[in-house]
Amino acid sequence: MNPGTKNRQRKSLPAAVALEDGSIYRGHGFGATGAVCGEIVFNTAMTGYQEVVTDPSYHGQMVTFTYPLIGNYGANTIANESGEVHSRAVIVREAHNLDRNSSAEQGWVDWLAQRGVVGVSGIDTRALTRRIRSEGAMRACVYWGDFTEDEVAARLEATPPMAGQDLASRVCCEEPYELEFLRGERLVVVLDFGIKRSIIKGLGRAGCNVKVLPAGSSADDILKLEPEGVFLSNGPGDPAPLDYAVTTTRSLLGKVPVFGICLGHQILCRALGLETYKLKFGHRGANHPVKNLDTDRVEITSQNHGFAVRLPEALAARLEAGRGGSTFFEAPPESELRLGTDFGDAVISHLNLYDGTVEGIRCREVPAFSVQYHPEASPGPHDSRYLFDDFKRLIESA
Amino acid sequence: MPRRTDIEKIMLIGSGPIVIGQACEFDYSGTQACQVLLEEGFEVVLVNSNPATIMTDPAFATRTYVEPLDVPTVSAIIERERPDALLPTLGGQTALNLATELKEAGVLDRYEVQLIGADYDAIQRAEERELFRDAIDRIGLRVPRSDLAKSVKEACQKLEKLTLPIIIRPSFTLGGHGGGVAHDLDSFCSIVEDGVSASPIGQVLLEESVMGWQEFELEVMRDRADNVVIVCSIENIDPMGVHTGDSITVAPAQTLTDVQYQRLRDASLDIIREIGVETGGSNIQFAVNPDTEEIVVIEMNPRVSRSSALASKATGFPIAKIAARLAVGYTLDEIPNDITRKTPACFEPTIDYVVVKTPRWAFEKFPRVDAVLTTHMKSVGENMAVGRTFKEAFMKSMRSRELDVEMDDAAGTEEMLAAISTPSAERYDLIFELLRRGTDVADIEAATSINPWFLGEFEQIIAREQRLRGRQLADYD
Repeated sequence: MNPGTKNRQRKSLPAAVALEDGSIYRGHGFGATGAVCGEIVFNTAMTGYQEVVTDPSYHGQMVTFTYPLIGNYGANTIANESGEVHSRAVIVREAHNLDRNSSAEQGWVDWLAQRGVVGVSGIDTRALTRRIRSEGAMRACVYWGDFTEDEVAARLEATPPMAGQDLASRVCCEEPYELEFLRGERLVVVLDFGIKRSIIKGLGRAGCNVKVLPAGSSADDILKLEPEGVFLSNGPGDPAPLDYAVTTTRSLLGKVPVFGICLGHQILCRALGLETYKLKFGHRGANHPVKNLDTDRVEITSQNHGFAVRLPEALAARLEAGRGGSTFFEAPPESELRLGTDFGDAVISHLNLYDGTVEGIRCREVPAFSVQYHPEASPGPHDSRYLFDDFKRLIESA
Repeated sequence: MPRRTDIEKIMLIGSGPIVIGQACEFDYSGTQACQVLLEEGFEVVLVNSNPATIMTDPAFATRTYVEPLDVPTVSAIIERERPDALLPTLGGQTALNLATELKEAGVLDRYEVQLIGADYDAIQRAEERELFRDAIDRIGLRVPRSDLAKSVKEACQKLEKLTLPIIIRPSFTLGGHGGGVAHDLDSFCSIVEDGVSASPIGQVLLEESVMGWQEFELEVMRDRADNVVIVCSIENIDPMGVHTGDSITVAPAQTLTDVQYQRLRDASLDIIREIGVETGGSNIQFAVNPDTEEIVVIEMNPRVSRSSALASKATGFPIAKIAARLAVGYTLDEIPNDITRKTPACFEPTIDYVVVKTPRWAFEKFPRVDAVLTTHMKSVGENMAVGRTFKEAFMKSMRSRELDVEMDDAAGTEEMLAAISTPSAERYDLIFELLRRGTDVADIEAATSINPWFLGEFEQIIAREQRLRGRQLADYD
């Protein structure tokens, strides 16, 4: 059999996205054949598909891109946010494999095939996204190949739901490692829950050298290294089961300046005694407006999270009531932004202008702050890069 | 920051007659601005010399003057109406130029009329070549390099700072007579020599050529709290050398990586801040070298433009309406999004479709006009198509030209390849015909410098066309 025939046979195999609510979207396979399961989510960024699928925060998930054409500019090493593809499948309207952008090293479809990632194209991603928005992020099975309905149903059944899962310990580094930067003058210990490379670059650009430790490291392991600051990284899964990380963080607060991003923000908030919850379909994209309540400026941010920190009730009610008035957004009075925590007063520093969720928090009595969104962008706008410098300043003033 | 209360009466200048090189976009933007300002409780004084516009209908302004758009007439209107402010950024270049002249004639100062949207200095920085170049330099970006020379020897010395290819333009000659593009040192010397002798003052302008580079535009909005958002990115399929109004354009940009796109976004934010457009929309054009990724800034329009009309329709973000609200003091986060009504206008639209704009020319009505497309806009209108794929949007857009394209079967492939190397109204019809004949995409790329991604899409369209050819609808049952 010549390779052409084999390819044609492969192409004719069925490919589909089957959701746990019973709906099924059929398309064409690309990348690798196989069947995978996980939580289906959607991302609305129009560029940066490779950064998205290599972001460890997508571990256990399968990404639907709302932008219909994916793969236009090929794949290249610099865009990798980690050493592997974490999104278990890629769902698109139209997949492209051209490698003619000056930065391209390979076509996107070939790149996925080489990494064994299942892709389905020809999907009405708009309909699929609307379904996820109305029904919530749910489990799904994406397959390319001959799988019976029963097989697909059995696989779906065997897939654990996202809530309650500790995925951070699965994707973090196994052994500690360190990186020194040209302008590095401060030592930051990074607690790795599935860190993106751009975050490490962001710390480096701000003048920090890093020692990266696995998620399960204790406060003693960390303090032994005599860090000038500790960074709590982004990562996949639910913050609720990460009691070990919360305990570690509680022992660090007040002893060393702490900065957290995304899952790291949720862990810091839990350490302060706040609660987290699962959002219906999460925030994943590169255009989310966030109000910085200190500067009164709006930052366009990159986001990727399915869980959030619960707002105090009075504030949540006020934000809900303020919608659609004559002036759209009025900053809540400072008294309502203040939170009493186990480590003294803290204040909500950033709010999401789409849905009023907490985007940032700052402690007043211990040196610690965190944001829910991604100042390192990649993909996305660079409006919030100042946060890395803020962290360095916090270290220097401590 | 809510609506300003220190101004009550605002003058708006329309854009006068609709001319070739416009697509009625300024009636669209001006009408929206009038509506918004009335809604906000301002008195609106409108001046426009063109009665065939929607904005000059009685209901759209408190008082409407259908009068010539010149300094004496508008000065007289200002004297009579005593507006507190003049909003010059929604009536195209005509309004912007007139506002500049009124300022320079001392009229605005005499009657204490404030320029809102963009002030005089910002307009100057964006419009005056030297000031613009200096501003762009200050933020670490650059415009195409250029210099003057009076002899071949001097020109060769200037070559140290310029790189070939270079466009040579003799100073003060009609129609660029005696100039040309030099790709090597020999042709450079000979074109400079011809140019120096053709110029009445014996001088040539040497300008770095960005012909063949890719052209991108970003639509930027800024408010007085310094929030800046990008409404839309637009990619020109025709590389540099064709006026963007004569290019087929696509939104959003299709061929940029996130890193490359963010570079343009960062540059746009720096530019609008450095030029100092206080509130409202601007359009910024970039040329990007597809091999080296080098970026040069081509120009910035500190006002709403034809591209903002396209960006508004393409994304649902009403640039002119919002620009008017920003000019009277609101910030982006205080204005609700027109579509969702639940979220603020302070965001960057993300879309799940592709938009293609195709210009429409009327060369048949102007038989003596050279049909070659250059940096001077010649189209008389445009269409916009939306599709879930580029192929769908592009084909809808081509069909919307309502042209019966007939191909000359006798034309040779070589002849056609030569023809597509010069941008023209027929360029895409010729490219499609070449693809039908099985011409190698690489040859088309070499002739046109069109990004291979678009050519690949065209190839797929033709492949599908050929599969369908000769079949009946019944064959598909």
